[in-house]
Amino acid sequence: MIDIVVDITLLAFLAITAVAIVRMTNLFAIVMLFGIFSLLSAGLFVVMDAPDVAFTEAAVGAGIATVLMLATLALIKNHQVSPYKEVTPRAHRPWLPLAVVGITGAALIYGTWDIPGFGDPNAPAQIHVARYYIENAVPETGVPNIVTAILASYRGFDTLGEVAVVYTAGVAVLLLIGGRRPKSTVKPKAEKGQDDA
Amino acid sequence: MPNLILHVVSKFLIPLIIIFALYVQFHGDFGPGGGFQAGVIFSAAIILYAMVFGLDAAEKIIPSYLLRILASLGVVLYAGVGVASLLLGGNYLDYSVLGSTRVAGQHLGILLVELGVGITVSAVMLIIYFAFAGRGRE
Repeated sequence: MIDIVVDITLLAFLAITAVAIVRMTNLFAIVMLFGIFSLLSAGLFVVMDAPDVAFTEAAVGAGIATVLMLATLALIKNHQVSPYKEVTPRAHRPWLPLAVVGITGAALIYGTWDIPGFGDPNAPAQIHVARYYIENAVPETGVPNIVTAILASYRGFDTLGEVAVVYTAGVAVLLLIGGRRPKSTVKPKAEKGQDDA
Repeated sequence: MPNLILHVVSKFLIPLIIIFALYVQFHGDFGPGGGFQAGVIFSAAIILYAMVFGLDAAEKIIPSYLLRILASLGVVLYAGVGVASLLLGGNYLDYSVLGSTRVAGQHLGILLVELGVGITVSAVMLIIYFAFAGRGRE
């Protein structure tokens, strides 16, 4: 019972936050709302008994991503500029987009009818390898947290690939905007910091 | 513009955040968490320091060349565990051959691999933050 109340409250807040993000034009406020959206999702994951995912969502989505977006905001303008000017008023008709969104949403809701219930033991996801992990993870690895055992041991290749992706992202950022800058554009104080490095 | 409240509170918080990151890192076998989350939390502590005390002060603690080495070191550690298990006669990333027993080997392998993940993730997050924030001070 209490789960349903918490679920509905969190989902309602998620919907409100999403609508607020769509309607706002102040980018600073939008970034903060994105952080709130991530935190609410993390709360939802905790209710669904997935603390590992919630942990990641709270740390990455609400924490680092918000900070990085704020750092980006510091480089660009704080306010969203409307991408087009209305040449003739009423040229923008919302009916076609509304119909597309409505039909897509209806199709998605229709699709959810065939999804197995939450935590259904006979769901396809549960009867493949999940059973093997639950039965054998602790005796085979001695690690009580099955999530860690699966991520680091059974799916070690997968996680190695993920780490490579994170590393590649860091290298890409360094190549694009990191590293030493031309001396003429850098203040002496900043240049000193670069020399230390 | 120095802000006394921010300075005092962050000086109090940053050690706690780092200890929590280490807890998440090395307790990930038993509770929620692991290398990825620990790396992000650790980098959050340094980013908080950089935001409050300035980018130059933060780069004195962890210079950029060190971050680049650490980011690579984590991947090498992870892949190296795989190579070590190859050399000891197992499959790539099969930790069972690393210890005296299967379970001990798995435990050691998971610990090292998670450490590699944590090191790479924290270093890369800091690299990205320093790159973005460093553009702003030009």
